[in-house]
Amino acid sequence: MIDFGNPVHLIAFVVMAIGLFFDIVGCLGLVRLPDVYNRLQAGTKCVTLGTFLILLGVLIRFGFDAMGVKALLCLWFIAMTSPTAAHAIARAAHKAGFPLWKGSVVDRYAGSKEDPKGVAS
Amino acid sequence: MNKVLSAFVFNLLVWLAVTWTFDPVSLAIGAVLAAAIAFALRNVELEEVPLLLMPHRLLWALLYIPVLFLYVVRANLDVAWRVLHPALPIRPGIVKARTTLKSPGARVLLANSITLTPGTLSVDVVDDTFYVHRIHVPEDDPDGDMERSMGRFESYLRRIFE
Repeated sequence: MIDFGNPVHLIAFVVMAIGLFFDIVGCLGLVRLPDVYNRLQAGTKCVTLGTFLILLGVLIRFGFDAMGVKALLCLWFIAMTSPTAAHAIARAAHKAGFPLWKGSVVDRYAGSKEDPKGVAS
Repeated sequence: MNKVLSAFVFNLLVWLAVTWTFDPVSLAIGAVLAAAIAFALRNVELEEVPLLLMPHRLLWALLYIPVLFLYVVRANLDVAWRVLHPALPIRPGIVKARTTLKSPGARVLLANSITLTPGTLSVDVVDDTFYVHRIHVPEDDPDGDMERSMGRFESYLRRIFE
């Protein structure tokens, strides 16, 4: 699949490797960060960029053929849906009363008229 | 009718891109599906889509993609550093920031841009007020700092939508 003598393949490989790095960091963040909000930060976005770069690597490797264009479409859908989903989860978690991590410094959302039942950290 | 037709054409183009073949059977299936989806969505209002067909707005939209991508990469490196750091240097919290953008489409894209830029996550949008969770809240003027960060995106989004 990857021919290292071919510069296009090499660039694609490097882009995919960087994407993989961000995916790994995202997974690490999911384990290491303390509460649902911080985990969403790492879990959805490092992973968005990671997956984005892997698909970009596929596009570079195959160009605009059946495989590459599918990668381009997936890339677009991920970039659009992933932040929306993260936003929905964060909002639902706050409304359901999940507290922020005890080390959190400020919560301007708690007690606002949009979320009167929300708990402060 | 016009809207259903343009939705049909758009759906068919997506189908062609996904299947990447002009095989008649595949095309027929695609046409049926595209028509069904266009008909099902006939009552969905997409009042801001025609705006994007104006050339100068489209140009700004295309310019916005690499700009956003650069911010995303830069901010991702920041989060990667925090996650990999043994001491986990985070100072999380939810801040409140106001936007000057008026159009709903621009606000949606702003909220998505904030969320895509790691370290910041839109929790709720109420009228012109954004509630944003940050992984590292700055010491002084947390709300103002967020508004300045949003300003970078707002200048582009305003040119695209307003």
